[in-house]
Amino acid sequence: MNIIVCIKQVPDTAEIKINPETNTLMREGVPSIINPFDLHAIEAALQIREQLGGRVTVLTMGPPQAETSLREAIAMGADEAVLLSDRAFAGADTWATSYTLAQAIKKLGADMVFCGKQAIDGDTAQVGPETAEFLGMPHISYIRKIEEVKDNYIRVERLMDEGYDIVESSLPVLLTVVRELNQPRLPSLKGKMAAKKAEIKKMGMADIGADEDNLGLRGSPTQVKNIFAPEVKAERKMIEGTPEEQVDSLIRELKEIKII
Amino acid sequence: MPVVVKPEKCTGCETCLDSCPFDAIVLKEGKAYINEYCNACMTCLSVCPEGAIVETEHRTQNTEHRQKLEEYKDVMVFAEQKDGKVVAVSYELLGAGRRLADKLGTKLLAVLLGAGGAEAQELVRWGADKVIVCSDPILEKFNDDTYSEMLARIINGHKPSIVLAGATPAGRSFIPRVAAKLRTGLTADCTSLEIDSETKHLLQVRPAFGGNIMATILCPNYRPQMATVRPRVMKRGEYKADRTGEVINVDLDNIQSRTKVLEFVKEVSEVSVNLHEADFIVAGGRGIGGEKGYKVLQELAEALGGAVGASRAAVDEGWIPYSHQVGQTGKTVNPRIYIACGISGAVQHLVGMQSSDIIIAINKNPEAPIFNVATYGIVGDLFEIVPLLTRKIRELKNL
Ligand SMILES: Cc1cc2nc3c(=O)[nH]c(=O)nc-3n(C[C@H](O)[C@H](O)[C@H](O)COP(=O)(O)OP(=O)(O)OC[C@H]3O[C@@H](n4cnc5c(N)ncnc54)[C@H](O)[C@@H]3O)c2cc1C
Ligand SMILES: Nc1ncnc2c1ncn2[C@@H]1O[C@H](COP(=O)(O)O)[C@@H](O)[C@H]1O
Repeated sequence: MNIIVCIKQVPDTAEIKINPETNTLMREGVPSIINPFDLHAIEAALQIREQLGGRVTVLTMGPPQAETSLREAIAMGADEAVLLSDRAFAGADTWATSYTLAQAIKKLGADMVFCGKQAIDGDTAQVGPETAEFLGMPHISYIRKIEEVKDNYIRVERLMDEGYDIVESSLPVLLTVVRELNQPRLPSLKGKMAAKKAEIKKMGMADIGADEDNLGLRGSPTQVKNIFAPEVKAERKMIEGTPEEQVDSLIRELKEIKII
Repeated sequence: MPVVVKPEKCTGCETCLDSCPFDAIVLKEGKAYINEYCNACMTCLSVCPEGAIVETEHRTQNTEHRQKLEEYKDVMVFAEQKDGKVVAVSYELLGAGRRLADKLGTKLLAVLLGAGGAEAQELVRWGADKVIVCSDPILEKFNDDTYSEMLARIINGHKPSIVLAGATPAGRSFIPRVAAKLRTGLTADCTSLEIDSETKHLLQVRPAFGGNIMATILCPNYRPQMATVRPRVMKRGEYKADRTGEVINVDLDNIQSRTKVLEFVKEVSEVSVNLHEADFIVAGGRGIGGEKGYKVLQELAEALGGAVGASRAAVDEGWIPYSHQVGQTGKTVNPRIYIACGISGAVQHLVGMQSSDIIIAINKNPEAPIFNVATYGIVGDLFEIVPLLTRKIRELKNL
């Protein structure tokens, strides 16, 4: 079983602060992490390898610095890591990212591909399904449990709004995972040693046989026009007094505007 | 890099360094330099006082290509159904779609898969000029393969300029496949959609970086321009019982699916979790301290006739099931009153409830950021305030 896990290195958005003067993000000092959902994807792949045998390859498209995330994945137990890095990839939207990942996956060959449900920087949740389309593979989103997996068959639970679907598919297939699926393991000592020594395979535009018109900013149908700070409501009214008084004032306010 | 600094023009003023959301600009030998973190967001281009930052790849367009774009005209809404009933977000999309179509002077189309008849007529009454229906029973249940192939064919047949779909589990799963098939852009979770008065392109606004910033996205060179929108973000349009429109039936021609939905298992917790429809939501965060804190909220919610929401912290602690979670990774709600109890107000929570009509924040800590978005703020202990409030509301309502 050849399993590829797509992982993305992202800034830890929970740590990001806004500069109140310029209304821009302050990235300084914000650590780069493996996208949290992707840790669950790695864990799922490792568990399937333990059950059925095979190899787990982690794949990322990003700047050279993304190598650290790949090494962390090896420390968790991945067998191999591939870094897709090329100046031509820069500025890719989800369409161009998915095209690029799919080109690489075709070269590497996979029976199963795992992605996180979404990346916490862009939050689009589009790269998984789009990559599946480029690969000509079926996909199942938001899987929260793998009920059964065999060499050519998988049955999973897909998280929906008020419950879950039980979905089956033939292989090859692409799966996107949610946090409920599993608890990602911590790197072992042996894993950490392996991560230090591991050779990261690097691939660029020519290695994946990509059409330059489909890459990076040039290949991206969407463009960011501008970025701005979200507006906050300014009409707040603080209600003072003892708890009794506060509740009474609040009720008076709500009655006045005929809410209750 | 897609964006570069012209060293001869750069004065090293550092204005661009602060403007970059990705921290991708550094100073090298007194000049700005853009590194690999660049996401081509173009913020720096507008702030540079010297005009020293430029795009290297000009996205020019030949006339032949432009003519092809002009073939795409109407606005199309994907109307999702569940158990044969159109889901609420579809009507909200028709409201947004109608507005856009009127601005462009074009038609509003709706696509309905796996249902038909009366439901198609409802779409007309909510604003559609034309409804394309495929009522084949295979489409009754959502399936990525069949839905994406069918919608892609319909889009290719009708060539809409804009396609909108709900950012529901189904929409978020199969719409990206459609965009990939059509070689066009897709913008997720839009909170605002407008037409650029000059270029007539669709301006799509969405939160990014966990709601820390907003981005306006364009898809100028490809059609259709596709967007998903979260439930309860757009307002419904006007319902006219006598509005008439055309219903076009299409067949499901030989579409195979590799995945199969065997069963849907409903999992609704014992309390009402109907957050999307509730007029009143009482939400609790880590401040509720445990399952018994949750009881206190539930009593208030019952007195108001509303539902209980939660922050992720409360869900992660296991005090409240995930289905109650409000925020970036939970539900988007917009009730008449949202009462946030013991919630600090992290952006990831705010993006899910900010558009509520009235926000009441109850928090011990006067510095909690939740007060920044609150209509009414009460600094205090929720275990004192909430029971009092419940009692008074019951008295008022004679419960
Ligand atoms: C990728 C990502 C996605 C996320 N998605 C979501 C999401 O969808 N929804 C979400 O909510 N969060 C989300 N988060 C988490 C978010 O960043 C915050 O961690 C979370 O919202 C904090 O929850 P809280 O306000 O309940 O807890 P805390 O931040 O711990 O705040 C508790 C508050 O309770 C107050 N308090 C304590 N005791 C009392 C009392 N007796 N009376 C009154 N006040 C009291 C305290 O003063 C404090 O302000 C996400 C984070 C990430 C990284
Ligand atoms: N640059 C990338 N390299 C590798 N995988 C990615 C990349 N971007 C996104 N992914 C994968 O796609 C998932 C969804 O990302 P997104 O569509 O950006 O929310 C992530 O959880 C990753 O598994």
